[in-house]
Amino acid sequence: MEKNRFSLPRRRFVQGLALGTAGLGLGLAPRQLLARQGHTGAPELRGDTFHLTLGGADVNLTGKTRPATTINGGIPGPTLRWREGDTVTLKITNLLPETSSIHWHGLLLPYQMDGVPGLSFDGIKPGETFTYQFPVVQNGTYWYHSHSGFQEQTGLYGSIIIDPKTPYPHTVDREQVVLLSDWSDEDPQQLYATLKKLSHYYNFNERTVFDTLRDFRDKGVIQTLKDRHMWNSMRMSQSDLADVTGYTYTYLMNGQTPNGNWTCQFNPGERIKLRFINASAMTFFDIRIPGLDMTVVAMDGQPVTPVPFHEVRLGVAETLDVIVEPDAHQAYTLFAQSIDRSGYARGTLTPAPGLTAKVPEMDPPPLLGHTEMGMGAMHGESGHGGVQHGMAHDRGKMDGMDHSAMGHEHHGAKASTPPPPPFAVDNSNPDLPPRGSAIEHPPSEYGPGVDMRAMAPGDMLADPGIGLRDRPWKVLTYADMTTLGSTVDNPVDSLHADREIVLHLTGNMSRYMWSFNGIAFADAEPLELYHNERVRITLVNDTMMTHPIHLHGLWSDLELGNGKLLRKHTITVKPGEKLSYLVRADALGRWAYHCHLLYHMEAGMFREVRVVPAPHPNAAGEPPDDPHARHGGHH
Amino acid sequence: MKRFTSLMMLVSLSSTSPALYAMSEHPQRFGRVMVDQLEARDSDEGRVMGWEVGAWYGGDINKLFFSSEGERLMSPEHDDERPATESAETRLAWSRAFAPFWDWQLGVRRDWQPDDPNRDWASIGLQGVAPYQFEMDANLFVGEDGLTELRVEAEYELMLTQKWVLSPSLEASVYGKEDEELRVGNGLTRLEAGLRLRYEIRREIAPYIGVHWEKRYGDTADLARASGEKTEQGMLVAGLRFWF
Repeated sequence: MEKNRFSLPRRRFVQGLALGTAGLGLGLAPRQLLARQGHTGAPELRGDTFHLTLGGADVNLTGKTRPATTINGGIPGPTLRWREGDTVTLKITNLLPETSSIHWHGLLLPYQMDGVPGLSFDGIKPGETFTYQFPVVQNGTYWYHSHSGFQEQTGLYGSIIIDPKTPYPHTVDREQVVLLSDWSDEDPQQLYATLKKLSHYYNFNERTVFDTLRDFRDKGVIQTLKDRHMWNSMRMSQSDLADVTGYTYTYLMNGQTPNGNWTCQFNPGERIKLRFINASAMTFFDIRIPGLDMTVVAMDGQPVTPVPFHEVRLGVAETLDVIVEPDAHQAYTLFAQSIDRSGYARGTLTPAPGLTAKVPEMDPPPLLGHTEMGMGAMHGESGHGGVQHGMAHDRGKMDGMDHSAMGHEHHGAKASTPPPPPFAVDNSNPDLPPRGSAIEHPPSEYGPGVDMRAMAPGDMLADPGIGLRDRPWKVLTYADMTTLGSTVDNPVDSLHADREIVLHLTGNMSRYMWSFNGIAFADAEPLELYHNERVRITLVNDTMMTHPIHLHGLWSDLELGNGKLLRKHTITVKPGEKLSYLVRADALGRWAYHCHLLYHMEAGMFREVRVVPAPHPNAAGEPPDDPHARHGGHH
Repeated sequence: MKRFTSLMMLVSLSSTSPALYAMSEHPQRFGRVMVDQLEARDSDEGRVMGWEVGAWYGGDINKLFFSSEGERLMSPEHDDERPATESAETRLAWSRAFAPFWDWQLGVRRDWQPDDPNRDWASIGLQGVAPYQFEMDANLFVGEDGLTELRVEAEYELMLTQKWVLSPSLEASVYGKEDEELRVGNGLTRLEAGLRLRYEIRREIAPYIGVHWEKRYGDTADLARASGEKTEQGMLVAGLRFWF
């Protein structure tokens, strides 16, 4: 523990990052200081009527003054505190010189209120005010952000806390939003253009000749050449963990740089609820609080069975509520390093002003392996924190190697389960070709936009993910959590799907193309769901990157196997992973469905999901036998 | 100069408008200009400036492709020679991605010769990245009077560190028919090899030093010898690589 002293590791990190720029974390704009009023780093607004103003401001987070977009003058915007059961009214005035919008991430609402220009409405034109109004039918931790252009990257985001009608099952003495984001001094349009011109531009962890020589020495020449052969012949980089890195990003916690050190004061012995929100554009954060156990109580706003853990990888757009109980009179560092270890966000929990704790060193950057290549999950890996791969659709991994035996790809698993639902087939929609199994690649995946296809994608729900597999402490995974109150006999919603839709996550890193099934949004048809139908969406990650997939307006009930469900709005899919979730299409309208990595979404990893009335009035939930026979829908 | 005018036109086209929607209903177009080589070569005739420039503009699949390469004598060794462009060629092509790592290119090429007639060619080519990350460019040119040339170029980037990059390159040219006027024989006419070590101050800007070697073969070599020229030459080079 040390008082008000910069620790050596952080200094080196700052200097390391400063090679290309002037320096980091040196200044706070007056506006930023103003924003620190209120405990969260952003002011909290309560009630049922709100007026938010979207505007521009100059900020200085790195030593350079740069233009940003702000909500009520702050980054992040104000924390909105609602009550479940209220109808909220939000007037949004756009003072930006371009069209804007606000999307309420993870909320169930009429689609016209969802805030996606082109689907929900036309956006909010410069100078205009748009009024959102919708009933609040859920509670928990959520967030809001612009769904226009790259405004989310330049600061248009904030937190939403919805207090439940009936109090939470756990009481806390203090609660705190911890909103993580990534800031770049570059114009995001420029940043996107750079990725299109040279996709590995921001990766300064490429394998060098000296790495090869070291491998020759450590592993032998033959073994090294064998190991490298696959990567070289596939023309892939083993160090491609993040497209945009700490080279240009400064990682923020509640709007503060690592040196700005956002701080929350507590009294030893308190039960504190931390509401983590990953509001970044492109960054997966590995979060831990050295010296402090965390207990998860909710994810994506939905309460889960409590599980103690030490570290978690939080995907872009996910939220996680945890309880911590610091009882010693000491400070703790909130440490959130990026997945590629090119930087971190940092803050402090402290019992006394000015008291800080040591900031841990970042880990060495991990290298992608066979698992990420979709060659089948590696067996015998240590450090899974005691979680077993004991789930039913683990077999997907086992027999994934056998291409001749793929006719049994469905989950559900128990002997008593009804036969698997049919794959959705629609000849007018290239996303839905007939297929024999979920891991079969559709014809559209064979083209310039797809640089690899996983051969043996497998179940990885219990896998902490690359760089976290050998932790000596417990890393939280999806497999550890179940939505509170959802049991096999009484799940939150049916475990039975009417239809199965399979989508492969695809891309070409060197061309910086991203898509579903090899088809970018511009060339895609909307995915149609029938009102109230229960659909299984199976995702297969055919890329080397981790993608947070977000479906607007409808819950995604992740299937953990054995009838366990985890209710989410954004689901992170690891490289080489195959997973499935159930969706109840209980809200009519046009919904966005996309990868929540901002530049992947822009590149085309996006679909419109259209919930349309069921063709037969009495057959809600039961699609017709012949899906080609129906009329309407596409236009 | 004319080719630089067209280059600037391409640059001005490359500015893009920001998307209104956070999704690509109308995919954006981008442009890149890569000055791969802009260097001084220490040749027998004197100090030579050499350049190799490539540029593209377009979407993910279809792009307009432009390139230019050539040499200009800057400070001649002999008093009777004046600074002059010795040779230059420009290419304009439609480039279409057809495989994850490969583009077809259909286009035209003009060789500018200060003292000899210009040559115009139609081209069909293949550009991309081969396994083991070799950057490949293969083109078949068909010119007037039945002239044909097959040219294959390969380049590799060896990362010494995150900023020091060693880049070997090789280029071979085969003619299908003799071009008497320009003293090029048929068959393998020329091999060029280079080895350049660059330091990326940032990704976009990298000064470099290196060696450049070229040799003429077969009838082309004989024709060169007959007119008193050397058939093989190695030179030190120093230059700047940059892109935007």
